[in-house]
Amino acid sequence: MDKKNEVILTIGHLKKSYGDTEVLKDIDLEIKSGEVVVIIGPSGCGKSTLLRCLNGLEKTDEGRILLHGEPVDPKSAGIFRMRERIGMVFQSYELFPHKTILKNITLAPLKVQKRKKEEAEAEALALLERIGLSAHRDKYPSQLSGGQKQRVAIARALIMHPELLLLDEITAALDPEMVREVLELVLSLAKEGRTMLIVTHEMAFAEAVADRVIFMDGGSIIEEGTAEQIFHYPKTERLQRFLESLKFD
Amino acid sequence: MDLAVMGEYLPRFGEAFLLTLRIGWAGIALSLLIGLAAAFIRHFKIPLLSGLMAGYIELFRNTPLLVQLFFIYFGLPKLGFTVSPELCGAVGLGLLGGSYMAESFRSGLDAVPPAQSLSALSLGMTRRQLFVHVVLPQAFAISTPSVVANVIFLLKETSVFSAISLMDLMFTAKDLIGLYYDTTECLVLLVLFYIVMLLPVSLLGRKLEKKFEFGRSGT
Repeated sequence: MDKKNEVILTIGHLKKSYGDTEVLKDIDLEIKSGEVVVIIGPSGCGKSTLLRCLNGLEKTDEGRILLHGEPVDPKSAGIFRMRERIGMVFQSYELFPHKTILKNITLAPLKVQKRKKEEAEAEALALLERIGLSAHRDKYPSQLSGGQKQRVAIARALIMHPELLLLDEITAALDPEMVREVLELVLSLAKEGRTMLIVTHEMAFAEAVADRVIFMDGGSIIEEGTAEQIFHYPKTERLQRFLESLKFD
Repeated sequence: MDLAVMGEYLPRFGEAFLLTLRIGWAGIALSLLIGLAAAFIRHFKIPLLSGLMAGYIELFRNTPLLVQLFFIYFGLPKLGFTVSPELCGAVGLGLLGGSYMAESFRSGLDAVPPAQSLSALSLGMTRRQLFVHVVLPQAFAISTPSVVANVIFLLKETSVFSAISLMDLMFTAKDLIGLYYDTTECLVLLVLFYIVMLLPVSLLGRKLEKKFEFGRSGT
């Protein structure tokens, strides 16, 4: 993609509290088209909350989120249109259990985007082919493995042609042997130039996929840089301690 | 047991069977409508109406159908309304059933995980689309076993209709026993007719549960 330097998402002075607990303290962040940004940090540091704020699933207290200059505001009537443009994949897959795999993928294009059935199905089948699950099109989610479900969830987000894809700890609920099949799919999306914001605990994956890594702790961005800078030359003590805590030797 | 006697009584039981079915299913249809409306009101916590529905549900769940029927059948005429026994039976059953159905549907609606809504919203669905395409089908699947149980319970409750002079199965059996003392024959016929009425519902219920199995497991 040659629009690589265009900023598509701008987060300015974002703040959010649950009661007295500040979960996001003045977050500023820009994401450029085609960029893959990975957020790491300890549990409860606010990374998942940040992701949910970005597509209006959580209300923010202060600050602004702009996608191509248009505000993402859960209180506005246009929020549904904005969410359509920002895909999201969850830790627990959240496929629709009462629909077949094919219908899980085509539901939103048909109902939300009012696309033609043949066209949406053709694209869904192409996506299923790509994720290697064509043979499972008429199965239900409960008949699939975790890794397969998560790949379907990614396909379900992709068919909406989102400008930005948010991945919220998408391998955290998976058995170890299924992590790879999901991460390889994400890597291939990165190679295609998809813009993604990824929250993950898989450090090796973060290093492989990220154009930029952000370390969050206590609701703030503590450090950001290239994967190499963050993982091999951490500047702040907090990041050093965090990386240290993940090691076993 | 005298089969000839049973054959003789068959037409009367047949008529009573049809009457019981007619009023029973009319009442059940009404109970489904009331139950759905009450469940939506409670689920969406619509102010005022929600409290009203909670009161209705507790009132009808905690009083016997017989008492409710007496109130409708003998009470309403005192207020200047006359109700036919048929209408009274169907409305009484509908009101009782509505309170049970409301709780079944509401527990189904409440059981759909909130994360399902987040996932639907993240795909750009409006609240209405999310409710129609994601929440409602799953809620129905979850409610099915208890709704079927309610239907069976309500059909059996029709046996108190005889108290408001409806010639249902129970009334017919008691009437014939009182007249001719063919107790065994009448009771056997009574049991058979109830089974004929209820068995298909049980079987259909099991089929529905199987069909909705996927709605209750694994997202």
